[in-house]
Amino acid sequence: MKPRHKRFILVVVALALLTLGAMFVLKAFRSNLVFFYTPTEVLAGQVPQGQAFRIGGMVLEGSVGREEDGLTVRFEVTDTLESVPVQYRGILPDLFQEGKGVVAQGRMNAQAIFIADQVLAKHDENYMPPEAAEALERARQIKMDNQ
Amino acid sequence: MTPEIGHFAIILALCVAIAQAFFSLVGATRGYVNWMAVSRPSAYVLFFLTAFGFCCLVVSFLTNDFSVLNVASNSNSQLPWPYRLAASWGSHEGSLLLWVLMLSGWMAAVARFSKEVPKDMLSLILGVMAIVAIGFYSFLLLTSNPFDRLLPPAMDGRDLNPLLQDPGMVIHPPMLYMGYVGFSVVFAFAIAALISGRLDTTWARWSRPWTTIAWAFLTVGVALGSWWAYYELGWGGWWFWDPVENASFMPWLCGTALMHSLLVTEKRGSFKVWTVLLAIITFSLSLLGTFLVRSGVLTSVHAFATDPERGVFILGFLVFVVGSSLLLFAWRAPKVGLGGRFSLVSRESALLANNVLLVVAAASVLLGTLYPLFLDALGLGKISVGPPYFDAVFVPIMVPAMFLMGIGPIARWKKSSVPELAVKLKWAFAIAVISALLMPFAMGDWSILVSFGLLMATWIALAGLVNLWTRLKQMSSGEGRTLLGSFLAIPNAYYGMLFAHWGVAVFIVGVTLVNGYEVEKDVKMSLGNTVTIGEYTIRLDALKDLKGPNYTGVEGSMAILVDGKEVDRMFPQKRMYNVQQMPMTEAAIDTGFTRDLYISLGEPLNDGSWVVRVYLKPFVDWIWGGAFLMALGGVLAVSDRRYRRASQDEENRGEKTASS
Repeated sequence: MKPRHKRFILVVVALALLTLGAMFVLKAFRSNLVFFYTPTEVLAGQVPQGQAFRIGGMVLEGSVGREEDGLTVRFEVTDTLESVPVQYRGILPDLFQEGKGVVAQGRMNAQAIFIADQVLAKHDENYMPPEAAEALERARQIKMDNQ
Repeated sequence: MTPEIGHFAIILALCVAIAQAFFSLVGATRGYVNWMAVSRPSAYVLFFLTAFGFCCLVVSFLTNDFSVLNVASNSNSQLPWPYRLAASWGSHEGSLLLWVLMLSGWMAAVARFSKEVPKDMLSLILGVMAIVAIGFYSFLLLTSNPFDRLLPPAMDGRDLNPLLQDPGMVIHPPMLYMGYVGFSVVFAFAIAALISGRLDTTWARWSRPWTTIAWAFLTVGVALGSWWAYYELGWGGWWFWDPVENASFMPWLCGTALMHSLLVTEKRGSFKVWTVLLAIITFSLSLLGTFLVRSGVLTSVHAFATDPERGVFILGFLVFVVGSSLLLFAWRAPKVGLGGRFSLVSRESALLANNVLLVVAAASVLLGTLYPLFLDALGLGKISVGPPYFDAVFVPIMVPAMFLMGIGPIARWKKSSVPELAVKLKWAFAIAVISALLMPFAMGDWSILVSFGLLMATWIALAGLVNLWTRLKQMSSGEGRTLLGSFLAIPNAYYGMLFAHWGVAVFIVGVTLVNGYEVEKDVKMSLGNTVTIGEYTIRLDALKDLKGPNYTGVEGSMAILVDGKEVDRMFPQKRMYNVQQMPMTEAAIDTGFTRDLYISLGEPLNDGSWVVRVYLKPFVDWIWGGAFLMALGGVLAVSDRRYRRASQDEENRGEKTASS
């Protein structure tokens, strides 16, 4: 085999490997995207079935309660139009408070309760999680459209 | 008065940078010796002015001058003084001032320690850095002045974010920025090489120590950030694939690739074009990181769009730097020429493959970090890309790279052969396989992932040992030294490589074991309750009120029992910071060589009990230990005599002419 051919084969093999790698990366990427929905969209049934997604909004005032075990928390997330009941087992972030912004990631169960496996709150007193702000903004727009 | 003087010093610094860029670049390209002479002293002046300005800000913070907006928003009279110091770079404005301080510091260091670099080349390098400096000084002065006054002055400050009130946060930003900004040096070297057409092995030898030391700083910076997240966020994770973390990790990956490709460029004259491209990419990613963290685009793309001043400035500057350097690259790179040839099985090939893998890894992190931002900016919906994506992609890409880490350093330059490598490494590989299969049993239960992780770690560690042993044997037989003599004669750069690679092995052990065997329990505890985790039983003995300098809170007193005997006591806290009314979980961590015991107080329940989270994290500290070993390797490599010899020769010559 001439060196030129050798190099050609090498380039082809490298390109094939790179393509394979890229396909693998994109596949992993696509299957791990987590989409975001507002409570209004959740109740309108726009969410994917059996797939994890994120909801965001405010923690409804007076909605936070605990189960007997002391570890399971229930609360509702609202965008001021609609609210979704959420259940979470574990420790809530320090800045989780009623009337403040929150984002939860998880799935809907058969009883239309959102079973969260992750709850995020803001990082400091000024800053609202982007998704929570987005949910309120979308709700505001719907209200304005209705008027 | 102090802030105004500081402000004035920074304005002067901008003027100096403009003059420096003009005289250095024009002087170097036209060959005006007098103009080039400006570049070195002006670097010192720039550094002096910036350091002076920075000190002015620090003084404002230390003296609680709440008539300065930055101080009023980020400090408080109750804040202990080390945190007041850290608050000077805790804010957006302050951290940018730190950025330019680092940049001017690196410029002064280049001016001081590059005596062997020819005048015109040095001029070009400092000129390019001065252009970067102009961008950042203008950004600072036009959009983020840290010296702005507040009228009327505030009575007291709004306090530093409690999350940042921590010793780790005092040193994390300076370390990280030293690394980020340090890559501007090799970037400037690359641009200067493209302009002057001087891209050879000496060029690579000048660039290497700068790259390595910047990389070492960045390594420490990233590791400190991860460590801080582990103990301060209170929930035990050490890496979240958060955009802010990714912003610092991408330049690290490309910087690692760059270090290795510079090695080939110096030793063999190959990879020249690739090295220059990597230098441009690495610094661009540092700038991108600054943009992501500093423009507010992560907090909200919409907030960014409504108050775009800062973001647009950095984005514009980023586009200018990346665009013009890539343009220059496209224009000049074809003239560079190729280096030495090498065959498929050789050290060059191993390093090339590692380079490609590292860059692909960085690209996949970039995809996961930027794609959600793009979608959001284009109004196509909000998505997030979680840790599962990064784990699924990053680990498989790094596995071949880790395997090659064992082979590369032992393979010959230019042409090696598979049988030769097999003979050298067969025992290392065999022992690695056997111990990786057996070791998980010692930890309790066997799993394929743990075994595989340990295989990689022992493989890297043993291949390093074999490498050292082969080299010692060669030196003692070839040069007639004793074993100890050759041990001492091996240059530091070589030990640096070994330490850095062993650091990777230690890091892999930590990650593998903590992922495989970590135990986590959330429990409800009242006084006297116990929870058992591993061999430890934890008993909540008391809860008492806590009063700190600027917070109040509750502190639990936990007895740690082993076989019914008390061996230790731990004190997790829940703090409430007075000024911002922000609660903080201060975890209690008992650090050990083989495990961390981690307790954090969740929240109080109505009946007086608390939700408590306890973790047993085996070998978690090896993660950061490995990172520090890597950085130590970098420092060792830079301390190699080889880099200093040339400059000492120069000095000796200078002394001789002075005495004659």
